[in-house]
Amino acid sequence: MKRLATALALVMALASGVQAARAETLASIKERGELICGGNGTLAGFGLPDPQGNWTGFDVDFCRAMAAAIFNDPKKVKFVPLTAKDRFTALQSGEIDVLVRNTTWTLSRDTSLGLDFPAITYYDGQGFMVRRALKVSSALELNDASICVQQGTTSELNLADFFRTNHMGLKTVTFATGEDALKAYESGRCDAYTTDSSGLYGERQKLAEPSGSIVLPEIISKEPLSPAVRHGDNQWTDIVRWTHYVMLDAEELGINKANVDEKLKSDDPETRRLLGVEGQYGEAMGLTNDWAYRIIKHVGNYGEIFERNLGQGSPLKIVRGLNALWTKGGLQYGPPIR
Amino acid sequence: MAEQVRAASQQPLRRHTRRLGNVAIQLVTLAIIAGLADGAIFDAVQNLTRAHIASGFGFWNNTAGFDISQALISYSPSTSTFGRAFWVGLLNTLLVAAIGIVLATVLGFAVGIARLSHNWLVAKLAAGYVEITRNVPLLLQLLFWYNAVLKSLPELRGSVALPGGAILNNRGLFLPRPEFASQFSIVLIVLAIGIAATVALKSYANRRHNRTGEEVPVLWPALGLIVVLPLTVFALAGFPLTFSIPHMGRFNVSGGVEILPEFAALLLALSVYTAGFIAEVVRAGMLSVSHGQVEAAQALGLRSGLTLRLIVLPQAMRVIIPPLTSQYLNLIKNSSLAVAIGYPDLVQVFAGTVLNITGQAVEVIAITMAVYLFISLFVSLLMNLYAGTAAIAER
Repeated sequence: MKRLATALALVMALASGVQAARAETLASIKERGELICGGNGTLAGFGLPDPQGNWTGFDVDFCRAMAAAIFNDPKKVKFVPLTAKDRFTALQSGEIDVLVRNTTWTLSRDTSLGLDFPAITYYDGQGFMVRRALKVSSALELNDASICVQQGTTSELNLADFFRTNHMGLKTVTFATGEDALKAYESGRCDAYTTDSSGLYGERQKLAEPSGSIVLPEIISKEPLSPAVRHGDNQWTDIVRWTHYVMLDAEELGINKANVDEKLKSDDPETRRLLGVEGQYGEAMGLTNDWAYRIIKHVGNYGEIFERNLGQGSPLKIVRGLNALWTKGGLQYGPPIR
Repeated sequence: MAEQVRAASQQPLRRHTRRLGNVAIQLVTLAIIAGLADGAIFDAVQNLTRAHIASGFGFWNNTAGFDISQALISYSPSTSTFGRAFWVGLLNTLLVAAIGIVLATVLGFAVGIARLSHNWLVAKLAAGYVEITRNVPLLLQLLFWYNAVLKSLPELRGSVALPGGAILNNRGLFLPRPEFASQFSIVLIVLAIGIAATVALKSYANRRHNRTGEEVPVLWPALGLIVVLPLTVFALAGFPLTFSIPHMGRFNVSGGVEILPEFAALLLALSVYTAGFIAEVVRAGMLSVSHGQVEAAQALGLRSGLTLRLIVLPQAMRVIIPPLTSQYLNLIKNSSLAVAIGYPDLVQVFAGTVLNITGQAVEVIAITMAVYLFISLFVSLLMNLYAGTAAIAER
């Protein structure tokens, strides 16, 4: 029903001639005094409120980095939990400023939804989780299996593709939220649960008996996860894009939360430009020149965020893999700041 | 005198101008509403274009690409369109609503009548049923049935084999699927003739009974016409009917007709919940029939069952039908809660997945609302027609 309400809100907003802020997203955020960030809210590692109600996760830290860049205060961000099928409507209608909710960048979402995907923050792929007792070791053995999946995701589409390509029978059971789908998997309604493999590790932690399920080795799709913004506000798109890139560049230059103050005195020209000691790069985007310094100081560089939420510093223990820096054999590559 | 004449001649004129004024006001109001609607549509199109959101109904013929767990018409993710997905969702909604209405009506009438029973236990049980079902939110009842249905059923490996080749487990109930050979149509034709003949016989028997008081036997000829005759033809045609028996695969049962646990849970929840309201509607209707009617029937020597069937219910129906209609409409609209348990109804498939993939909220929501409006108006129309036949014939 909430989804219906959001959709109706969009219909009303569009029909009544009220216009979602075009080129003024940043101005309206500054005026409001906080960033409104659409997040997941139920996915360990990416976005989940802790028992005290503080949101934590990889996507959450991205929002905090943006709040730090704009307000010099990572707490000035309001999180709106969204289901997979609500998320684009919430962004289109202007309910949120930016969507950071493990969302895959696809051509149709980029072109026909009126959205932009500024930067790939996580290279993911879809996988399957099955009960150990099923004695399945490959997704190719899942002929005629029942699979639980969340509605409105690329997972739902890839699933049909994968089974068709491999000439296997499939029984899809679709749920509105990932939680419902996971619960149905746990109760035995389905043989397997499918989502992005990063999500599988997070969801497995939520099972009563995590060791009773295994993640199959197959990765059946490319899932480049990116924040999303409304199409047309290029200044805001740039801010989102470069928030990611400065965190990558900081990791590459060895700048982290602990040594960032010291690095202000560095002679290295790249470091000096990144931290705003030289040049007017922040002001060109409508921010202050020390915006990147604020991000690193309050939140950290990309590697720190990854390890804290998903990697060895977290219960998920996901290896960097494709998300390692390009210098270490991964795909994460930050363009130069100059 | 002259003044009176003038007043009399002015009166129709004044009434005429007043009527013209009313028409003018209505026309202006209509024009304002139409103008606002047109402006809203124009603004929506403008804003969608400006926000670079695709608009229009071109998506209807694009390939859907997602799977649907229950489809009454053939549907394949690789070739079917969003339009096809819409029809699949709509039929699933209609299926659960239609069966739900029948079950809720039967159960509701039974409970409503039972609540007026002179048997203390029966009346109290019926009252308890009504109070519990009416006072617990439908969504909770739905989740209860879904979890009760799922949790109590055995896992695939512990499937229960039911008599006749059916299989039951937490993936659903799998029934043998009848497969008809072409000769089976002859059996159907004979059956239809048999039913028509029985109806004719019954109406003849009624007329004869009313006219002369003679009883014409109907039961035995009817059995012969509806059961024996088609069965004989069936045997003569060489038994043109086979069953596809479900059998266990590694992960799932294949073959046969599949009844999903999601469907069963939604159907149970909708029927049980709505039956509570219908029971109260029925009770109110029956209480509206004057007690003198019952006493008169008893004085004529009618037994209580006949009194109920011939005297009380026909009169109660006049009161029952209008609120019963709104209960039917509620049931149809409540079926959209299917989204909570993963039953692929119209809202789940079309206003859920299709909306999300195409991103065309305005068009998809408009179509969905129009469909519910159309179904509801259609059901209201049918019920109004039925109410016409149940109304007192004024003399």
